[in-house]
Amino acid sequence: MREIDKGDETASPYAGYDVLAKWNTPSFDDRTRGVLERRLTEISPRRFLAPDAFALLEAVVERLAPPLPGLSPRLLARWIDACLYENFGEGFRAVAAPPWPQSWRIGLGAIDGEARRLFGAPFVALGADEKDATLQAIQQGTTDAALWRRLDAASFFSDTLLKTIAGLAYAHPLAWNDIGFGGPASPRGYVRLGFDARDPWEARERR
Amino acid sequence: MSPETPRAKDGRAPDVFSRGGWTPMRDYALSEPVDFLIVGAGAGGATLGCRLAENGFSVVILEAGPFWRPLEDFASDELAQQTLFWTDDRLIAGDDPIALGGNNSGRGVGGSTVHYSMIALRFRPEWFKCRSQLGYGFDWPITYDDLAPYYEEAEEALKVAGPVNYPWGPPRRRYPYRPHEVNAAGLVLARGAEKLGVGWAATPLTTVSAPRGKSPPCVYRGFCNYGCSTNAKQSALTVWIPRALRAGAQVRDLAMAGRIDIDPRGRATGVEYFREGAWRFQHARNVVVAGYAIETPRLLLNSACPLFPKGLANSSGLVGTHLTTHAGPGAWATFDEAIRWYKGPPNMAVTEHWNYTDQGKDFVGGYAFMSQGPLPMAWAQTLATTRGLWGAALRDEMRKYNHMAGFVPVGETEPRAQNCVTLADDVDQYGLRIPKVIFSYSENDKRLQRHAVAFMSEMLAAAGGYDIWTNFKDTSHLLGTCRMGDDPTTSVVDADGRSWDIPNLWICDGSLFPTCGGVNPSLTIQALACRIADRISRLAATGSLASA
Ligand SMILES: Cc1cc2nc3c(=O)[nH]c(=O)nc-3n(C[C@H](O)[C@H](O)[C@H](O)COP(=O)(O)OP(=O)(O)OC[C@H]3O[C@@H](n4cnc5c(N)ncnc54)[C@H](O)[C@@H]3O)c2cc1C
Ligand code: SF4
Repeated sequence: MREIDKGDETASPYAGYDVLAKWNTPSFDDRTRGVLERRLTEISPRRFLAPDAFALLEAVVERLAPPLPGLSPRLLARWIDACLYENFGEGFRAVAAPPWPQSWRIGLGAIDGEARRLFGAPFVALGADEKDATLQAIQQGTTDAALWRRLDAASFFSDTLLKTIAGLAYAHPLAWNDIGFGGPASPRGYVRLGFDARDPWEARERR
Repeated sequence: MSPETPRAKDGRAPDVFSRGGWTPMRDYALSEPVDFLIVGAGAGGATLGCRLAENGFSVVILEAGPFWRPLEDFASDELAQQTLFWTDDRLIAGDDPIALGGNNSGRGVGGSTVHYSMIALRFRPEWFKCRSQLGYGFDWPITYDDLAPYYEEAEEALKVAGPVNYPWGPPRRRYPYRPHEVNAAGLVLARGAEKLGVGWAATPLTTVSAPRGKSPPCVYRGFCNYGCSTNAKQSALTVWIPRALRAGAQVRDLAMAGRIDIDPRGRATGVEYFREGAWRFQHARNVVVAGYAIETPRLLLNSACPLFPKGLANSSGLVGTHLTTHAGPGAWATFDEAIRWYKGPPNMAVTEHWNYTDQGKDFVGGYAFMSQGPLPMAWAQTLATTRGLWGAALRDEMRKYNHMAGFVPVGETEPRAQNCVTLADDVDQYGLRIPKVIFSYSENDKRLQRHAVAFMSEMLAAAGGYDIWTNFKDTSHLLGTCRMGDDPTTSVVDADGRSWDIPNLWICDGSLFPTCGGVNPSLTIQALACRIADRISRLAATGSLASA
């Protein structure tokens, strides 16, 4: 079983819950163990984005991802880079939008452009508040259209950037611990389904 | 990760009920015309293939996706299981473009039923005569009574687990298996319904509540939308496909159909498909298209030829038009009690009140709604995309995960010509033109959704929920792009799924629906497939099938 850094979790109502403690129980099957083993140990090299674009992505992820101690923005950025390299997206895109991997390149470039427009400096060089202000401007669509070419800024922000980052963050066992999710559940599943009902192998909540 | 080399070949196919096991399979020669060549092994194609093979026809099914063995292939993990979805390039457009991918279509033997939610509901009888009895949409060329025996056949085949007395619809036989215990997420719906004085029921589901053959009872692990790793789920993959193979059908996995060929007499001669690095051609006496409501019209349009320059079966100009989806706006609330909605199938309680009540509506059409059970990735994405939450705000909201409950409707949309599937200029990895899916809600569709969201919010409050919020973006199901009808000028196929233009070309999937009703479609698709198989056997007996 893998140890993961649980970091500071004083604020979690599920403090002390470690979904991976069930690694050798009937809640995990071999297939799931294999998948999670790879997720927690294999860190693929950066292959798609150029070094500066990757550094920018990391800085963006750092602001957008839920601040979970132990879940590094670098790891999420690597996962995104791997998805882009393998062109592993959702397959559909707006008629006007470029294909998925390209829209990331354009979108990241535009984020940097907005940072320069608003604060006269590259995104990575900004302070946390300025970074957030830049991202909020994009989220609200108050952007310079020329920077975004065929992309719709607000929808890139919401449906591509944020959706990907939020999804990947909550694909990490650390995030499952934080919210008290039962995690893998095959073959054992659950028995107690009603209100306030908890199986002994589920997270205990402090209230 | 996915078995991207074919497994079903050389006289054997994967045994879905074992790890690494095989089951014998017939092998048909490419040059020898088979009676029925079916494109797509989902709810429509697998069911029809099974029933036709059982009726003695020679059947080959082509399936673009892999042939899974759930026990060894399916992880308990949202991210790893994204491989179940159809993610080939598609374009979306319109005022309300439909999110595709995992939201809508599966790719693999079993089709979308591999990752569907297992809700098994019948249509309201009047919906088959929507135009004449309810004043909107189009009439179907069949009645509820025509389909009722086949609904029963499908429910029996899938061993639907449902309540002893289902509150809506005409009198019916008991469901084959007893209902599942309703989880807390479903009990929220029950409590709210009782407060508001409307009916509710344990959702009839196609996952078994007691052992059935090699399927163990459902263990309530909650990953149903990511494939059922225990085989409790009764899907096209676990029910119709094994039966089809036993009856002598052949399934070719990772076989992408690209074109239906037509001879100078205007008859289909077979299908060109891509498998193992090369284009091949299977001869057939009849071709059935069952690729779901985007890929079916796409294949017909991509098969245009000098005789049929607008695409096959398209003399009416209707192929690809009148696309409907089910609107799925959500209402969500926080509860003091722990709900832990990840336990059990995602939709364990349902109300069809607004499908069967016509009074008090400012719209035409209906909707059912169900309790929900999103897993963390999906839930985080909902929060991020609909509420724009990120950083610490996202983390804080996610911490309420175990105390959330909510409802999502299956909201009927009007069939309208401008909502459609057409071909884009871009091509996919096979060199085939990709589909463009255009969709906008009508004013009526929007009123229906506002009604649903208001009513669901009221019910959540009645059940004790607070901090209620709503979202309007989601949809599910894709229907109606090759509708069936009585008249060749206003429909693509007849009541038997047979195209008006090409007598040995058939359609058997969600594309057939003239209207989409307010319930999930797969039971109706499977009932239609059972009926079409019966009709074909009768037509064959009277010598009315086209002879090639
Ligand atoms: C997340 C989710 C939950 C759902 N929940 C429910 C539910 O609870 N109840 C319900 O009734 N319905 C549900 N549905 C809908 C239901 O699964 C579909 O409506 C139904 O499966 C459609 O049947 P079909 O035969 O038309 O297509 P599908 O079942 O999708 O099958 C089509 C098959 O054709 C293949 N194919 C397509 N084109 C080609 C080609 N050119 N060559 C070869 N093969 C091809 C595809 O790979 C696919 O396997 C759900 C769907 C989703 C996505
Ligand atoms: S909850 Fe039941 S049907 Fe769903 S995946 Fe688990 S065992 Fe299968």
